Amino acid sequence: MNNAKSTNVSEMSNSFRGPWTLLKKELLRFWRVAFQTVAAPVITALLYLLIFAHVLADHGQVYNGVPYTEFLVPGLIMMSVLQNAFANSSSSLIQSKVMGNLVFVLLTPLTHFQFFAAFLCAAIIRGLVVGLCIYLVAFCFVDIHIANPLLVVAFAFLGSALLGTFGIIAGIWADRFDQMAAFQNFVIMPLSFLSGVFYSIHSLPPFWQKMSHLNPFFYMIDGFRVGFFGKGDISPLISLSVVGGAFLVLALITLKMLKSGYKLRA
Amino acid sequence: MNPAIKINGIHKSFGNLHALKGIDLTIEQGEFFALLGPNGAGKSTLISILAGLIKPTAGDISVMGFDVVNQYQQARQLLGVVPQELVFDPFFNVREMLRFQAGYFGRGKENDAWVDEILEGLGLADKAHTNMRKLSGGMKRRALIAQALAHKPPVIVLDEPTAGVDVELRQMLWEFIKKLNREGHTIILTTHYLEEAEALCSRVGMMKQGEIVALDSTANLLNKFAGKKLRLTLGDVSLPNHIQSLLRHQEKGIFTFALTDMAQIEFVLSSLKVADIRVLDMHLSEADLEDVFLSLVGKAS
Repeated sequence: MNNAKSTNVSEMSNSFRGPWTLLKKELLRFWRVAFQTVAAPVITALLYLLIFAHVLADHGQVYNGVPYTEFLVPGLIMMSVLQNAFANSSSSLIQSKVMGNLVFVLLTPLTHFQFFAAFLCAAIIRGLVVGLCIYLVAFCFVDIHIANPLLVVAFAFLGSALLGTFGIIAGIWADRFDQMAAFQNFVIMPLSFLSGVFYSIHSLPPFWQKMSHLNPFFYMIDGFRVGFFGKGDISPLISLSVVGGAFLVLALITLKMLKSGYKLRA
Repeated sequence: MNPAIKINGIHKSFGNLHALKGIDLTIEQGEFFALLGPNGAGKSTLISILAGLIKPTAGDISVMGFDVVNQYQQARQLLGVVPQELVFDPFFNVREMLRFQAGYFGRGKENDAWVDEILEGLGLADKAHTNMRKLSGGMKRRALIAQALAHKPPVIVLDEPTAGVDVELRQMLWEFIKKLNREGHTIILTTHYLEEAEALCSRVGMMKQGEIVALDSTANLLNKFAGKKLRLTLGDVSLPNHIQSLLRHQEKGIFTFALTDMAQIEFVLSSLKVADIRVLDMHLSEADLEDVFLSLVGKAS
């Protein structure tokens, strides 16, 4: 009985190593395919920047003193941060579900909170890594200054957390790849494209301005942009509250889903 | 000492399907236990409840005294489950997967020696750095078993571990599992290969349609249910009516009788002689677990 007893409850491992291992696995998972998960979104953002800047450079200034190309950069960075945070948790979960290997995690003593925290942190890190890479590359082409670094960090962090959480919900809910693709194409893409990445919502007709205020992506993009230029379409405090509140609500929903075992434990 | 596994009145319904109808079962620490039953009997459902993958409709299960629902962290820490499906994570190699799996259970570098022992014991040592995706089916099966053992659980559940596995691996696997059992690990096995259960397990539970229909030591079950098996090659004949009831199986002129004692053998042979039926070939053997299984659960398997 000696060997068997060595796995005694009394020497049960420190509770930190379990979720840390899951986080490490999630990070390695995207890092192993960094060409697809980091390099590809950086190239895409850069293409957007080159094309839109070329086509719309004559558009003039969006805010006073901010040329269009400069205006575009933070929006593109934030859009990529959000999309990649979502992609990380959602694709990892749907792949593990379809492949069946999620069972290896479900069999462990990890709590629902630890599960959530690991997937969330991995999504945030992927989002931030992609964002940072785009910033560094864009820096070579465009002269960008950061007016308020704290706001930039806060929005990048909260935004990727919100979308990472949304990705976990989508990953738990979807049973097939086409359902996930629908989520991506019919929810994430329209919300991010209509959030004011490529324009200031003040250039929109009043009705669409109002509609934009219902889009949570708008607050993330605008708040992030305020961090760069010190000005935006609305107060960053409102944006922070909306994004922070939305994150809390989604996090609670996700934790409830995980605790109940929704779609994961029959 | 708490039993390795204690199952109390477990029911599970999926809609209208009553998959488990009140299972009670206690498995002591150190046992090598086989859970047998035809497809759909509820074995995997029961194991999934034990592993926390499915929630029971009623009843409770504990692992070494820890409830699998209310004290799931402690219970899962003590439990290693080999899933039936051949699943794997295509991003990592064998050693990485084992390290991750041990890590989820809170085990770190101090566990590496054990990981090496598993790799060695399951013949995976030279595949340690091979990506899971590139392993053959048999190797994937070994890796799957290794993953369940990575945190060195005292209670090990193997759900059909040898399905579609070649003889060599089966031998190797059982040697390793027997060694773990000798060292004190409790082993619970579901299998379709009844000769495996007979050779390995000290106690057997048989399930049919969500219920346990037999639960005893392997030896007792063999004694209780059938004595001898008489296989006669008779050709295309019709048997006398009074020995029809002893007939268990008939195929291509070969008749197999299930008999309890030598007197019945004499009876069958003399009946055939009276009916003027010639015996072309004869084979007498002890009954095995398959006969017990068939007599209990019918030929549905």
